[in-house]
Amino acid sequence: MAESKHLPKVLLLGPPNVFQIHGKHFSQRFQFLKPFESPIPTDQFLAENCGSVQAMMCSGDTPVTSDLLRKLPAVRIIVTSSAGVNHIDLTECRRRGISVCNAGTVFSEDVADTAVGLVIDVMRRISAGDRFVRSGVWPVQGQYPLGSKVGGKRVGIIGLGSIGLEVAKRLEAFGCKISYNSRTKKSSIPFAYYPSVLELTINCDILVICCALTDQTRHMINKEVLYALGKEGVIVNIARGAIIDEKELVACLVDGKIAGAGLDVFENEPEVPNELFDLDNVVLSAHRAVFTEQSLWDIYELMSGNLEAFFANKPLLSPVIDG
Amino acid sequence: MDNVGVLMLCPISSYLEQELNKRFKLLKFWPITSKTEFLKENSNYIRAVVGNSACGADSELIDSLPKLEIVSSYSVGVDKIDLVKCKERGIRVTNTPDVLTDDVADLAIGLAIATLRKICVSDGFVRNGLWKNRDFELTTKFSGKSVGIVGLGRIGSAIAKRAEAFGCSLSYHSRSQKLDINYKYYSNIINLATNCEILIVACSLTEESRHIINREVINALGPKGIIINVGRGAHVDELELVSALLEGRLGGAGLDVFENEPDVPEQLFGLENVVLVSHVGSDTVETCKAMADLVIENLEAYFMNKTLVTSVV
Repeated sequence: MAESKHLPKVLLLGPPNVFQIHGKHFSQRFQFLKPFESPIPTDQFLAENCGSVQAMMCSGDTPVTSDLLRKLPAVRIIVTSSAGVNHIDLTECRRRGISVCNAGTVFSEDVADTAVGLVIDVMRRISAGDRFVRSGVWPVQGQYPLGSKVGGKRVGIIGLGSIGLEVAKRLEAFGCKISYNSRTKKSSIPFAYYPSVLELTINCDILVICCALTDQTRHMINKEVLYALGKEGVIVNIARGAIIDEKELVACLVDGKIAGAGLDVFENEPEVPNELFDLDNVVLSAHRAVFTEQSLWDIYELMSGNLEAFFANKPLLSPVIDG
Repeated sequence: MDNVGVLMLCPISSYLEQELNKRFKLLKFWPITSKTEFLKENSNYIRAVVGNSACGADSELIDSLPKLEIVSSYSVGVDKIDLVKCKERGIRVTNTPDVLTDDVADLAIGLAIATLRKICVSDGFVRNGLWKNRDFELTTKFSGKSVGIVGLGRIGSAIAKRAEAFGCSLSYHSRSQKLDINYKYYSNIINLATNCEILIVACSLTEESRHIINREVINALGPKGIIINVGRGAHVDELELVSALLEGRLGGAGLDVFENEPDVPEQLFGLENVVLVSHVGSDTVETCKAMADLVIENLEAYFMNKTLVTSVV
């Protein structure tokens, strides 16, 4: 269209949910090249149209591999709609001087709300209780089994970044005692630090996973850690499914080795282990911790803000790598 | 004290029964078919009654127990007890405040997040295999919302403290303004409802607060507002609530209590913008034990002529 020809060009992969909802707004500021709308194969599309494209927008689901980057010789910035950047070959980006921008702290509150919501739900059996009432058996069966008090419990947070801190702030107000494990100890933070995930887990009742998925954190929550969490322990994961050894987690839940789990993420989404569907001490969510109307607007503003800053040679708003 | 007859009105917990049995002569009311007969036969030595939020010492029961001296309720709410009659007859009444404050406040916030973020719906979505076909819908952010609390007592204040940690702005309606509190006070509950997005009911049930949440209040809260009730079912005009939800005049509701428990209006069962739980505000292992211990403590104190721990009358 004539009016978009003067707008800066951006290669769009995915497309991310935020584009599906705010595409009109985005398209007033940038001209998007959309291989997914083209009948020709992606490789051909990229070769014919993207030789000089400098900017790329993607979601957390679209792998940005070194292979793909090789086909985009002019790309200097990648803007992803996700907080996680595990789907992007960061080594290759650093090598080529490509900037990478993520969701920054835009989602932190919503994700923290989900984490806390899942903690309360698992401990107080809200979803299971809701099913109980809707099934009509309350008049017949009498009271639902007792839950577990949230206040006073020891909460261990893995990863005390923006999201972890928001989770800590919230659960502190419930009277929980907060401790954490992170790559580095945060000297200004008053919470107790444990140098290993295992030690943290031994000393907490509720484990909340808020860290990034990296080679070091893949399957970090393994059988040893789960056994250390124990029969009264609860785990909540709003980070990435692969941080937990899912097979072990399912076995522990089925065998009663841990008390319950609240899960927003899984190793092979949208596949979820069927054994979990029979359990009342598990709350399952479809990777929507970030998806509120508010956060989608905020991420639209952040992503377009990052792209505008790039094209205007101004400082990026939320760089993970500043190429 | 094992000749002191204690009448337990309804099943509460086996722990409480066990502890009452150790100290008193425990009589269980709920399995008795001919209750009038039973009361006639046993009224001479029933000196105490133990009830809860569902069953209290009402006027009729008090009249049939001439030797009744104390009612110890396993609840903080005493709306099921005829307090006027108790005062007249010099009957003491105790409840279980403080020990359950945190649990009820935790649940109120849990219900609010579950309602706005559709946690229960999402759980069903995954369990029914729907995620394989499509993504779950967008939901509404909880952090930063304006929260209006009806009743800023122990429980209301605990709810406010938690909501603050989520960046919520707080306002309240109470019988009187609390001068040492910074939250905005509304003497008129309609104004509270107009000016908040999440209305949380946490006051005690009295003649004045019965149906305090009526059609007018619901309409003032509006199609984007939600109601969380951890008080008593009778605080809310349930018929009006159901029609408002069905017609979209109210955005949603998280309910722990209902007007005729355990009956819940079936029209709510098909709605995705409501969360329904079975009066579990204080239903945790830890708190139930603490409540039972407090009931026992009060009874022991009374019959040993000591000061009652938590008396209402």
